[in-house]
Amino acid sequence: METSARANPFPHRHLLGIAGLSPGEITYLLDLSDSYVDVSRRSEKKQTVLRGRTVINLFFENSTRTRASFEIAGKRLGGDVVSMQAATSSIRKGETLLDTAMTLNALHPDVLVVRHPESGAVNLLSEKVNCAVINAGDGRHEHPTQALVDALTIRRRRGKLQGQIVAICGDILHSRVARSNIYLLNTMGARVRLVAPPTLLPTAVERLGAEVYHDMRAGLADCDAVMMLRLQTERMQGRFVPSTREYFHLFGLDEEKLRVAKPDALIMHPGPMNRGVEIDSQLADDITRSVILDQVELGVAVRMACLDVLSRNLPGGDDPKVVAT
Amino acid sequence: MNAKPAESATDRVAYVNARLLDPASGLDAPGALLTEGREIADLGPALFADGVPEGIAVIDCEGHCLAPGLVDMRAHLREPGAEHKETLATASHAAAAGGVTSIVCMPNTDPVIDQIALIEFIARRARETSVVKIYPAAAITRGLGGEELTEMAMLLEAGAVAFTDADRAVADSRVMLRALSYARAFDALIMQHPEDAMLTRGGDMNDGELATRLGLTGIPNAAEPIIIERDLRLLAMTGGRYHVAHLSTADAVAVVRGAKDRGLNVTCAVAPHHFALNDTAADDYRTFAKVSPPLRAEDDRRAMVDGLASGTIDVICSDHAPHDQDSKRLPFAQAANGIVGLETMLPLALEMVHNGDVALLDLLRAMTVTPANLIGLPAGRLAAGAPADLVLFDLDRPWRIDANALRSKSKNSPFDGRPVQGRVLRTVVRGNTVFEFDAQG
Repeated sequence: METSARANPFPHRHLLGIAGLSPGEITYLLDLSDSYVDVSRRSEKKQTVLRGRTVINLFFENSTRTRASFEIAGKRLGGDVVSMQAATSSIRKGETLLDTAMTLNALHPDVLVVRHPESGAVNLLSEKVNCAVINAGDGRHEHPTQALVDALTIRRRRGKLQGQIVAICGDILHSRVARSNIYLLNTMGARVRLVAPPTLLPTAVERLGAEVYHDMRAGLADCDAVMMLRLQTERMQGRFVPSTREYFHLFGLDEEKLRVAKPDALIMHPGPMNRGVEIDSQLADDITRSVILDQVELGVAVRMACLDVLSRNLPGGDDPKVVAT
Repeated sequence: MNAKPAESATDRVAYVNARLLDPASGLDAPGALLTEGREIADLGPALFADGVPEGIAVIDCEGHCLAPGLVDMRAHLREPGAEHKETLATASHAAAAGGVTSIVCMPNTDPVIDQIALIEFIARRARETSVVKIYPAAAITRGLGGEELTEMAMLLEAGAVAFTDADRAVADSRVMLRALSYARAFDALIMQHPEDAMLTRGGDMNDGELATRLGLTGIPNAAEPIIIERDLRLLAMTGGRYHVAHLSTADAVAVVRGAKDRGLNVTCAVAPHHFALNDTAADDYRTFAKVSPPLRAEDDRRAMVDGLASGTIDVICSDHAPHDQDSKRLPFAQAANGIVGLETMLPLALEMVHNGDVALLDLLRAMTVTPANLIGLPAGRLAAGAPADLVLFDLDRPWRIDANALRSKSKNSPFDGRPVQGRVLRTVVRGNTVFEFDAQG
C-alpha cells in the first residue's frame, strides 16, 4: 500500500461536469474559491500557483464573461493564458474537433478551458489530450464552473447550501447551467425547484432531483433564491413559447411574483440578461436583492480555484496522484 | 474461404451428422443433407444412413446445427458512393462470416437506387465481387425525395425485390397512399422506415432521463407508431403488402399486433440492437450506439423480445449500417446513425434462445423463410430443389465479439467485447463454402 501524507481532496484530472463530484469535493472547491475572493479584492492580486503553466481558452461558441473570467483567473494565478475564439480559428476552415484537439495538444498546454455548442464535445476532446480540461460549457450538458459560482454566491449570502430552496426559472430545456445547478444543489442538500412552461422543460427532468412547477407564484413560494435563465433562442428549432410578451407575463420575474418568496430571497442570473423578457429591469438593478454582479465577481475566484486544483494534479504539481475522471 | 467460388454443376457434397433445422417444415432432427451443384438435392434423418456413396464430398457437421442460410432483408451496403465505408465485396465477406447468404441492400446510395441502371449496376457488382447473394431494394420515391414515385414495375422487372426510402419515412401521406396503391398492382412489398420526420428532426437519441442528463435532443416514442398507424389506415384503403422496416418501441409492436388481428397484410422486422440493447448503451456519448431509430428504454427492448416470441414481429434484419471512424468520432449530435450488424446478428439473436425467450426454430424462421417469402426468394428453406445456401453453426460455443476482427470495412459496433454464445462454423452459398470458421483464429 502506498504511503500518502493526506488524501487528494480533488482527485480528478479534468473538470467536465458537476455530476459525479462528491459533497466533500464541492465544498473543497467552494472553500478554496472563498480564499481567492479575498485575493481578488487586494490591489496586489498576482499569485504564483500557475507560474510556468500554459492555459489555453478554446471557445467554439461566443462568450464574453466566461472567457474573460477564465482569462483573468489564469493571469492572476501567474499562468500564461492564450484565448482562442472559434470565429478566428481553423474550426471554421473545416477542421474536426479532434484534429483541433490534437493540434493544441502538440503545443503542450497544461490546462485547456473549452466551450463548445455540442453536448459531450468537451468530454470527447478530453479523451484525446494530455492536459487537464475544464468544461466551460458544452451544449445543453454541463457548465460546472457556473454552478460553483452560483453555489458560492448562495453560500456567502445565506451562510449555507443545506436546506436552501432554490427556484431555477425559465429555459431549462436548453440550459447547461440548470443541469449543473440541479446536480450541485442536490449533492449539497439544497432543494431545487424548476419553474418553466412545459415546452421548456426536458423529459423526466424531475428524475434529476427537482420539483417541477409551471406557475411562478407556486414555484417561488418561500424560496431562498431565484435563478433566472434567459431564453436561448440560438439553440431553439422553432418557437417554444408564442411570444416574449406572453413569456414575460407568465415567467418574467417582477416585484409582484417575487412577493411570495422569502423577503430576503436572492435574485440570480448567470447572464447575459434580457431585461423585460425574463427579468424586470428595475429588479435586476435592485442592489438589496440582486446578486447578479456578485456572481460575476465570484466567477473569477471560482475559476482560480478550479485552475489551481487541476494544476496540482498535473505532472510536476503538488498532488500528482489522480484517479481517472 | 473461396473468394470466387468455382461453380461446377456436378459437385455433390454431403453434410452428414448434422442437426437439421428447417423452420419452413418444422424439421429439427439429426440427419444429413446432400447438395448437388447450386441446389439442395435431398435431406433427412434417413439420408446416408448406410454411408455416403463414392464420388460425393463429405462434410462432417459433428452434430452442429445445419440451417438455411440467413436472409437479411435490410442492410446498407454503401456501394456506390461511400466505398470507404463498405463495398458489396467487404459486406459479402461480413455476411458470410455471419451466416447470411442473401442480403437486401438499401437504396440510400450515391446515386440513389431509383432507376434500372442502378439495379443492373448492383446485380453486376454483386456477380463480380460478392460471395453471397445480394438483391437491391429500390427507392419508393425518386432520389428518396418523398415526392415522385419511381418506375416500380420496370424496377421490379430489372430485379428490385422491394421498395423503401431506406432511412427515411415517406412523410407525405398522399405520396404514401399512392405508393401503396400503385405497388398493389404488382404485389410489390413497400418497406417503411417508420419515423415521423417532424418529431425526429434534430433528435439525437431516445427521449428520456438519459437524454436530459446528456443534454441531447430526445426522439419521442410516438414518432414511430404515428407513422405506422397512418400507414395502416392507408393500407386498409389500398390493400397490398406493407412491411415495417424495423420496430423500436413497445407501442409500435402493439399497433402492429392490432392490425394483424384485424387482418391487415402487415409484417414487421426488428434489428438486433433493438432487442439486445437499451438507450443506456449511448451513455457517456458513445456514438457507436447512435442509430435510427434510437435505442429505446428497457421496457421497449423487452417488447422486442416478446414480439419475436409471440410472432408479432416476423423478421430479424441486421440493419447493417457501416460508418468509418470519422463519421463516429464526433460530438454525439454530429455523429452518423448506424451500427454494423451482418456478423453479429445470429449470435445476438441466439441470446434469446439461450435465455429461453424464443424457440430456436421460431428464431431461425425470422431470419430465413419468412424474409425469403416476403421478398420472393426460393431460399431460406431446406428442401429438395431449394438453393444450396446453408449455415452450419455451433449453438453453444462461447466467444467474445471483437469489433476489430469484423470483416466489414467499418467497425462501428456497440457490441465490442460482448460475450455471446453461438458461432458460425461454415457458410455455403450456391453449394460452395464461402466461409469456414478457423478455431485457431
